[in-house]
Amino acid sequence: MTVRAAPTTVARTVPPPAGHLAIREIAVDFERTGGTLRALDGVDLEIAAGEVVALIGPNGSGKSTLLRVISGLLVPQRGRVELDGRTLTEPDPGVGLVFQEPRLLPWRTVAANVGYPLDLAGWAADRRASRVDELLRLVGLEEFGGARPSQLSGGMQQRAAIARSLALEPSVLLLDEPFSALDALTRERFNVELLDLWARTGTTIVIVTHSIPEAVFLADRVVVLSARPGHVVADVRVPLARPRTLDALDEIAVSATAREVRAHLATGDLDGADDRPAGAVAGDATSAIEAAS
Amino acid sequence: MTAQRLVPIGLALVVFVAAWKAIVVVGGYPPFILPPPEEVAARFVSAWADGTMARHAAVTIQEIALGFVVGAVLAVGVGYLLARSALVERLLSPYLVAAQATPILALAPLLALWFGTGLLSKVVICALIVFFPIAVSTMVGIRSVDGRLLELGRSLRATRRQVLLTLEIPAALPSILGGMRVGVTLAVVGAIVGEWAGAERGLGVLVNLARGSLFDIPLMFATLITIALLGVVLYLVVVLAERRLVGVR
Repeated sequence: MTVRAAPTTVARTVPPPAGHLAIREIAVDFERTGGTLRALDGVDLEIAAGEVVALIGPNGSGKSTLLRVISGLLVPQRGRVELDGRTLTEPDPGVGLVFQEPRLLPWRTVAANVGYPLDLAGWAADRRASRVDELLRLVGLEEFGGARPSQLSGGMQQRAAIARSLALEPSVLLLDEPFSALDALTRERFNVELLDLWARTGTTIVIVTHSIPEAVFLADRVVVLSARPGHVVADVRVPLARPRTLDALDEIAVSATAREVRAHLATGDLDGADDRPAGAVAGDATSAIEAAS
Repeated sequence: MTAQRLVPIGLALVVFVAAWKAIVVVGGYPPFILPPPEEVAARFVSAWADGTMARHAAVTIQEIALGFVVGAVLAVGVGYLLARSALVERLLSPYLVAAQATPILALAPLLALWFGTGLLSKVVICALIVFFPIAVSTMVGIRSVDGRLLELGRSLRATRRQVLLTLEIPAALPSILGGMRVGVTLAVVGAIVGEWAGAERGLGVLVNLARGSLFDIPLMFATLITIALLGVVLYLVVVLAERRLVGVR
């Protein structure tokens, strides 16, 4: 088991007491013309507080669907999501969500966008303003609070969206392919920034990605989902020390892990619902975490 | 406004007035058919100076303002319901279209009969005439609100009221204001039509008086110009409001 560097690089934040996710036997059906489509079938995952988990899988494996279930936007037909023992039935302030695109409100300034969740939660203006300053500083946008979203680059817009998702200090941060619209170089830089942010806030992170290197670089565990109906085919632990820098990408462990993930992706792609040995892999990993925590 | 933008506007005005004058001179029209521009200009100034025009214009402006506000408020509310409820749309839209298809000119005498020859009947007519474009533009605006933004609102546990005030209305505002642009010019039409159907005072009454008992054709033209200017000014007010409210996005 990899030992993670304690998130104490910045004194301001405290280590996470919360953010343990238990995802139990999730099944999701979509009604389509011509019948029901099973998107997820029996997804079982245990994510420890402060852990970084990457979800990866072929198109249509239901990665984003799973993320929407965890965020409370989608109610599964079967199964449940527990956050620190509490069953989630609707969007929860303890869970922050970053979409694939920034989804900033074009009529609000960047600062007003970042403070939007506080607005909705009824925070008083002065308290809101100081929290927004803090968040803008956290993502390096302190100069751009007064700007309109349209004046920002795509990457900066996504940073604002991340700041917004952290506004209510969630213990879990969900990201749905957040950097897929960015160019490769910016994307690498954002991955480093995300890890830095994680070190400072200590939130549990679940990130959906299409990129194996990105998944391996960011995550403690890479969870591989199968093709539809999606279920967990493998749960691969990343043997990489933290804090990680981009140099880590050159380590042998990274390419070995990436190769392993790729192999699981290939099997998950080929066969359907009854991939029991892979399920057993997931089970092993889960018990390993439980033993470790 | 910069000089650069004023120059073409001034130029267009000069061309318009020159063409008018040329038609009068070349066609040899008598003043009671087409008075020359300088005569109309002189009458315009004198009618404003002696208070005639202001007295009538004040009445018309009041009718337009009240009718527009009443009509717009109702239209935004109904437009929202049309966008969000299939049942409301099915129930109301045939009547709305039918009401819109009936010429306001044909309805005006009836409304004057019901609501009298005072302010009320004009307010009703103005409200009716501005209702349709604003209701439709509100409906279209609300329907086209980006579903992804609504999902964001849901993920942040926004209440219905918060969704309306912080997402739907701001997102639909450009469309709603577009309907108001159309509506405000129609409100001028509504007020004049209402005054024709029966009134003691107003710019529509003044047009009738100038043509009929006064037989002061330059005054009629001066009144028409006042009405046109009123429409332009009201339109600009909405455009300015739009710029303030919508701004740079």
